[in-house]
Amino acid sequence: MGELRLMKGNEVIAEAAIRCGCDGYFGYPITPQSEVMETLMEREPWNETGMVVLQAESEIASINMLYGAAGSGKKVMTSSSSPGISLMAEGISYIAGSELPCVIVNVQRGGPGLGTIQPSQADYFQSVKGGGHGDYKMIVLAPASVQEMNDFVDLGFELAFKYRNPALILTDGAIGQMMEKVELSDYKPRMTDEEIDEKYGSWSTNGKKPNRERNIITSLEMQSDKMEAKNKRFQQKYAKMEVEEVRYEAIECDDADYIFVAFGSSARICQKSVELARAKGIKVGLLRPITLYPFPKKVIGEMAKHVKGFLSVEMSAGQMVEDVQLAVGCSCSDAKVEYFGRMGGIIPSPSEVVEALEQKLIGG
Amino acid sequence: MTEEMIIAGFGGQGVLSMGKILAYSGVMAEQEVSWFPSYGPEMRGGTANVTVIVSDKRISSPVVNEYDTAIILNQQSMDKFEKMVKPGGTLLYDPNGISRHPERSDINIYKIDGTIIAADLGNVKTFNMVVLGAYLKAKPIVSMDSIEKGLEKSLPERHHKLIPLNLQAVEAGYEKLEVVNEV
Repeated sequence: MGELRLMKGNEVIAEAAIRCGCDGYFGYPITPQSEVMETLMEREPWNETGMVVLQAESEIASINMLYGAAGSGKKVMTSSSSPGISLMAEGISYIAGSELPCVIVNVQRGGPGLGTIQPSQADYFQSVKGGGHGDYKMIVLAPASVQEMNDFVDLGFELAFKYRNPALILTDGAIGQMMEKVELSDYKPRMTDEEIDEKYGSWSTNGKKPNRERNIITSLEMQSDKMEAKNKRFQQKYAKMEVEEVRYEAIECDDADYIFVAFGSSARICQKSVELARAKGIKVGLLRPITLYPFPKKVIGEMAKHVKGFLSVEMSAGQMVEDVQLAVGCSCSDAKVEYFGRMGGIIPSPSEVVEALEQKLIGG
Repeated sequence: MTEEMIIAGFGGQGVLSMGKILAYSGVMAEQEVSWFPSYGPEMRGGTANVTVIVSDKRISSPVVNEYDTAIILNQQSMDKFEKMVKPGGTLLYDPNGISRHPERSDINIYKIDGTIIAADLGNVKTFNMVVLGAYLKAKPIVSMDSIEKGLEKSLPERHHKLIPLNLQAVEAGYEKLEVVNEV
């Protein structure tokens, strides 16, 4: 068993990065995620594992540092919060278009614009439908506990390298700022340059070796037929993710008449709502998507054949609900799909969610 | 056993660190814990609060809308949180600076003169530990032993010399809890 500590979600992101053998972090401070870089700076991992930690002059600079460093086959990451992620959108599209692995953490706050520093989940569309330009997808992981903030850093890197694609950890100010017990992962050594050459030499730009052609990393392709072929390859990669990487947790769904669909901190609220509703005799379960892309549409479609309705609970104006509707609609089910949520940094209370279930699905 | 509580007062009173010590004490007693703070502008001079949950079961929501216990350390928090205590629950407050005392008759109400007791101990910074001691008298959810271990874990090593003073404050609070109303 790993080391047990009481830590904030943001601190855990930093600690997990060091322990999983991350080579570099490039970031710029913003509330409510500043503890990520603060913790890294306090821990001074450059003395311990050799990991580089650098405060860039802006989010735009950090994402482009990440782009460059990822091109050398290193394990690199950045973190920010909503407005900062918007600034990074162009770079993220370039990284996806150049097929490079990296981990990006978004500790969401309320928007639009400068918005508020309180928690929100309104960057769902930005995370799963694009954000930057072009036909690209990121693997999006949504932790619902401080423990998962630890676990998903390593998982994020694993998936990013498996698909040579950016992976996003989509969390929010609530999980970032709260403390829970966490079992920290054991240390993994950073890869040596020789190991990187051996594993990623076919694409990484670490200097041309005599036994191979030079590697070129670019998202630019001026010939349309070649660019289309590249896009088709990307789409095949995304299709493979949709087959192999869907992750979710189903809580008390087996006998349920109604299902809450919620991710991250909303899923924690809904767990309590399940307890409260079941105490009232309402058979409700919780489906928690862990990967937001790829979205667990198949399991929702299956459930739609047996339940009366779904309530998508989000800290946004209703974004994920569109994916739930699509999944239910595609299964030709009559199950109702409704949304409930709060915005602007307000966290819905567990009993508010039960009231919404009663009003929107049971009563209506 | 599940204890869902809120500690609320001004920034600088030690609200968040009191919650942290309590949470760490829960960890030491092999309980599940969550610590969810208010963060942002309210930390700088305004009201600060933290929701602490200690349970022998997996904790579902770290955010709740009613509390087993509210520890209230200023008037704004009294106005906001008195009504959010569950019937039969517990409210502990420091009367210093309180103009409207708690009015409910369906909850246990206790009082601790934390400000005065801490001043008598010679260090007003021990205020939050006095309140913590009073809370443990009203609700012994963790042992004194776990509190000592929690202090060791949550204070940086350079402050470990202050642990005896903090424990003295916890004990003073424990001794001086006043009952206002019991149901």
